[in-house]
Amino acid sequence: MIFPPISHLIARHLLKGPHTITGGGEPDAEALRQLAENLGVAARHRLGRSLSIREVDAGSCNGCELEIHAVNNPVYDLERFGIRFVASPRHADVLLVTGPVTWNMAEALRRTYDATPGPKWVVALGDCAKDGGCFAGSYAVAGGVHEVVPVDLHIPGCPPSPLQILGGLTALLASVAE
Amino acid sequence: MMGNVTLLEFLSAGREVAGHHPWPRFQLDARTWRRMVEQMAVSNWDILAEWAEPTEIHVALRGEDSGAIAVASHPCPDHKFFALSRVRPSAIRLERAIRDLWGLAPEGLEDQRPWLDHGRWGVKRPLGSPRISEGRPHAYRFLTAEGEGLHQIPVGPVHAGIIEPGHFRFHAQGETVVRLEERLGYVHKGVEGLLAGKPVAEAARIVGRVSGDSTVAYALAFARAVEAALGVEVPARAHWLRALMAEMERLANHVFDIGAICNDAAFAIMLSHMGMLREKILRANAACFGHRLLMDRVVPGGVAVDLAEEGWEALAHLLGNFRKLFNKAVALYDNTPSLLDRTTGTGFLPAALAHRFGAGGFVGRASSRGVDARKAPGYPPYDELDFAIPVLAEGDVHARLMVRVEEVRASLRLIDQILKQMPRGPVAAPVPNRGGEGMAVVEGFRGEVLVWVRLSEAGKVVRCHPHDPSWFQWPLLEAAIEGNIVADFPLVNKSFNCSYSGHDL
Ligand code: SF4
Repeated sequence: MIFPPISHLIARHLLKGPHTITGGGEPDAEALRQLAENLGVAARHRLGRSLSIREVDAGSCNGCELEIHAVNNPVYDLERFGIRFVASPRHADVLLVTGPVTWNMAEALRRTYDATPGPKWVVALGDCAKDGGCFAGSYAVAGGVHEVVPVDLHIPGCPPSPLQILGGLTALLASVAE
Repeated sequence: MMGNVTLLEFLSAGREVAGHHPWPRFQLDARTWRRMVEQMAVSNWDILAEWAEPTEIHVALRGEDSGAIAVASHPCPDHKFFALSRVRPSAIRLERAIRDLWGLAPEGLEDQRPWLDHGRWGVKRPLGSPRISEGRPHAYRFLTAEGEGLHQIPVGPVHAGIIEPGHFRFHAQGETVVRLEERLGYVHKGVEGLLAGKPVAEAARIVGRVSGDSTVAYALAFARAVEAALGVEVPARAHWLRALMAEMERLANHVFDIGAICNDAAFAIMLSHMGMLREKILRANAACFGHRLLMDRVVPGGVAVDLAEEGWEALAHLLGNFRKLFNKAVALYDNTPSLLDRTTGTGFLPAALAHRFGAGGFVGRASSRGVDARKAPGYPPYDELDFAIPVLAEGDVHARLMVRVEEVRASLRLIDQILKQMPRGPVAAPVPNRGGEGMAVVEGFRGEVLVWVRLSEAGKVVRCHPHDPSWFQWPLLEAAIEGNIVADFPLVNKSFNCSYSGHDL
């Protein structure tokens, strides 16, 4: 073979353009309202239109993680909004927390929060992250994310769709960049 | 000790419990239970799951040659039982969990450390006779490795990527892993405790969230267990729709895994490509059934939504296109030597270990163990469908990836057949309120998902135990990584892709 298969793939993308949907980054109105209530005005302008997110699974069933992965795929392409996932809480502006917080994860979540430099925001993602969802009331579950760390925004859904996640995160971005 | 006794012959020494379906359950006294454990040292019976009640221990077994399935139970009012882990290392973590949750002591269990209980629940033996426990979280004693130049690398529970939490303790000699030890249980949610006393419909929602990526498999196993317990006949079309959803779930997970494995070998374009393919499936799921991951679509009695005529067409169209794109991506993998160099020979799992632990799914099938619940014990409509189970012997990351590739192709062919042959008619039957015990084994994308359930006369769950295939795969990851370099761990780990949530329960 003269051309390795990767060259076909690259040629295709150059000719036909990316798979990314246009739009999809409209801030969710409800999320904006919630943020306006929760966020102080301090330090909003410091970040510009860029956010680094550290994801923390604090007890999820892994369904929420699947849809967080999806916002990174070429169709939703979260990075085009200046939002990206980072490997360490020390590099993060935002903690994106999923799951009912299990007692076995509560301390790890608290320590991750403490390791994140301010100004910082916490987004609770998924129905479980609000109040424990269908796992509420178990001996092993502390409850929603707010039971352990302060929450600025909740993105509902079980799991939330990629568009809901995009809407929530871009709302956060819009309000911190204000 | 007996010679070649079959599983059912052996267990019939016990008392058969009435009303357990579709496979029998036998209660064994202490002597017979002990003889069973001794027999397991020389027989090739598979452990499918092991769980407990406050004063009884259960194990689901399969006679590997006959394929017969049965549950052996042993009442233990003195809160102890002769441990299976004496002869089967795959039961070690199960029995550590049983002691943590129910307070039954496995006699002869070598590893006395707690497993799911990290000392943070505020209660001991939460499912047995609970006792308030205050005090500090347990300090966990990791196994040691000693020698000059050895160092430790602790990783987790919070990891660097978007993955579930767990702790990995490496002992390394330079770059080479000498020992990996896992510590799990971080996402233990107390699912069995939550299920007790719940109406069937509510319990189905919870079981469908034991491991979100396998929601169809879990919902199906629960539904089939309930239907077995109650003698409910599911309408024919529902069986076919369930299989359609199960294959869509398998496709979505496999293509994403293939992409993610390559991504961990720094070949990101495969992840983008596979992420797109996965997205096509999830959108088709949403369009046809109203949920991207198909949560709550399989319910006891049948399915929650029928497939409309337009949905049928959309799926048929999707598949032709999907196959082409998928084959192109596989050709890219096959023709990229730098990538193959990372996956070939990496993370080798010997066939003997896969058999010894009863590993299923792609982990087992890449190491010569071709068990698949769709074939045996089998369930409708797979008996009317034509498909083969890919089995490889290499046991490395490459083999686990190629098993997935072949399973994707098999699932595409299955969906084709399902769309062509699916009968018309109703999609759900009423679920009566009455009592009974039932069990089901279905093939999730990772392997065999088992659910056991006991229902009360009022139609509520008395007890329910969901078992994840990861129980028998997690320990093998420790073996597969030994002697590899630390930098290959993400690659090997992803090729196993065990469930944390399903295991921690
Ligand atoms: S919100 Fe739903 S998908 Fe997310 S962790 Fe909870 S049960 Fe799983």
